[in-house]
Amino acid sequence: MQGYNFAYLDEQTKRMIRRAILKAVAIPGHQVPFAGREMPLPYGWGTGGIQVTAAILGAEDVLKVIDQGADDTTNAVSIRSFFARTAGVRTTTSTAEASVIQTRHRIPERQLRGDQIIVYQVPIPEPLFRLEPSRAAARRMHAMSDYGPMQVKLYEDITRFGRVAVAYDHPVLVNCRYLMSPSPIPAFDNPKLHRMAALQLFGAGREKRIYAVPPYTDVVSLDFEDRPFEPVRAPARCALCGADDTYLDEMVTDDRGGRLFACSDTDHCAAILAGTA
Amino acid sequence: MAYVAVKGGEAAIAAAHAWLARVRRGEGYGPNPNPTSGIDVSHINRHLGRAVDRVMAEGALHDPDLAARAILQAQGDLIEAAFLLRAYRTTLPRLLDSEPVDTATMLTQRRISAIFKDLPGGQRLGPTTDYTHRLLEFDPPPAPTIPSVPSPRPPQPMPRATDLLGGESLIEPDPQGGAAPGDLTITPLTFPAPRDLRLQALARGDEGFLLALGYSTQRGYGHTHPFVGELRMGEVAVSIIPPELGFAIEIGDIVLTECQMVNQFAGSKTTTPQFTRGYGLAFGHADRRTMAMALVDRAMRADDLGEDIKAPAQQVEFVLAHCDNIEATGFVEHLKLPHHVDFQSELETIRAMRAEAHTMPAEPTVTEQDTSDAGL
Repeated sequence: MQGYNFAYLDEQTKRMIRRAILKAVAIPGHQVPFAGREMPLPYGWGTGGIQVTAAILGAEDVLKVIDQGADDTTNAVSIRSFFARTAGVRTTTSTAEASVIQTRHRIPERQLRGDQIIVYQVPIPEPLFRLEPSRAAARRMHAMSDYGPMQVKLYEDITRFGRVAVAYDHPVLVNCRYLMSPSPIPAFDNPKLHRMAALQLFGAGREKRIYAVPPYTDVVSLDFEDRPFEPVRAPARCALCGADDTYLDEMVTDDRGGRLFACSDTDHCAAILAGTA
Repeated sequence: MAYVAVKGGEAAIAAAHAWLARVRRGEGYGPNPNPTSGIDVSHINRHLGRAVDRVMAEGALHDPDLAARAILQAQGDLIEAAFLLRAYRTTLPRLLDSEPVDTATMLTQRRISAIFKDLPGGQRLGPTTDYTHRLLEFDPPPAPTIPSVPSPRPPQPMPRATDLLGGESLIEPDPQGGAAPGDLTITPLTFPAPRDLRLQALARGDEGFLLALGYSTQRGYGHTHPFVGELRMGEVAVSIIPPELGFAIEIGDIVLTECQMVNQFAGSKTTTPQFTRGYGLAFGHADRRTMAMALVDRAMRADDLGEDIKAPAQQVEFVLAHCDNIEATGFVEHLKLPHHVDFQSELETIRAMRAEAHTMPAEPTVTEQDTSDAGL
């Protein structure tokens, strides 16, 4: 695009972001501060993910952008067209074809490969923020692996409600060391984080943090021996492809209680229908 | 020395106002500007609609023409414009209260729900800046080509998304307001303030203040697990019941934005877990204002719902006492007024205190020898 560098950001900024990414990869799960830039999309709409994607994108890359699992959600359309416009890269809706996948709130159902990178948009990188709103204090807790309060919080949920009351953004322990927010993915997706073949990068633009999970790293959802982590999904089949092992969106079809369930991962659903999943 | 004699300040004030009038007309205009040059009220109404909406909300008066006039007079200072509007509003007679407007029958231009992918009535973006790329445009924008829609649907009433949850009792019922709502412009605000007055204060509150407080709840200072159940914008009819008629007649349509925030609530000793509500409503097209308002409304319900009160956004008195930007700007800026009488007494006091400090024996200072002794 006239007047702008490849993928919008200038090369110095990209180098700064890449340094933060390298550090993040070297210390899995640790939040690395970076000098996040103003982006032409609003904070909270994926500026962190966009900056990470802009920093790693090459001319040969094939980009897929999803939001809530789908390629056709408005924000995904917007971000995809942003990179098509500013970087001129090829874009795709196919998980298998993509070399870089930027996502908000989901991990694709299809298993990712070692030659792919998944970039998560992160609203609040600090997993302890509900327990300790001060980022300075939370940082000290991370330094000392002081994660007892989080276990206590989960314990209190179980004693009060019989189950952990968070259904998304369930905290995980990375590489047996750092407590990490997996971003607001449904707990259903947490097991996919564990020893994933693809590099996982997390960008939080407003909070100016980058963190990473290198390939094949242990990522364990916090739980108890006698109360193992239990991901939930709607107990239904996809109305389109019939899958009973995918995460489903619930759609309200009328105002008399009518409901319809369909795969949130639209590419995966289409692949099942086409017999190529 | 124009200012020194505050007594003789009349000439200074007149000169300042003349200067202001010149600045307001804009550079390049002589003492008798051509009335067809520059911008006028209709330009502001046509091109600066969001500013007009904000001034109507904070000025607490629905009148786009007056709001535009205020913006022009205030040189685009929106708080000053809201102030002008409030100061005019207060002189108007109150003839009647309107009937409550029913936003379920809104002719929606925009209606989105973040909690359902699709829902009866569908998602409709409307004239939004969402999903635009914030790239400053250096060329004049080309004439917009609105993509042709196969069969453009006329605006139609849509059921509220939160009512769909209500069918399963997953969300708390909307409070049934039996009593007539209070009015803080007639009765001074006292604490604890009921929700009707809290909402009224927020509806007139400063957008920036509401935004910052709402934002703070998202960052952990009074977290409320919010979801946008529904955001809708469009025209609603306003009705009144003239006493001589005894039945309702419509007197016009106004554009409103309404935000129904759906918040997780884990339940308490007396309540089973269910979603709770935060509510935002504003004149005009005001996504940011209504969403921030809904976040703060929900945060301020902490006490009613038996939640711990730890964060600023949960403290009703703190929020309501400081959300009005007309009050706030007045008091902050009053520091510009002469304060030399008070300051003079402060001067004398501090001089006296310093004089006493000098005459008192000095505190024993710790020497190096002392330190090493202390170490032993």
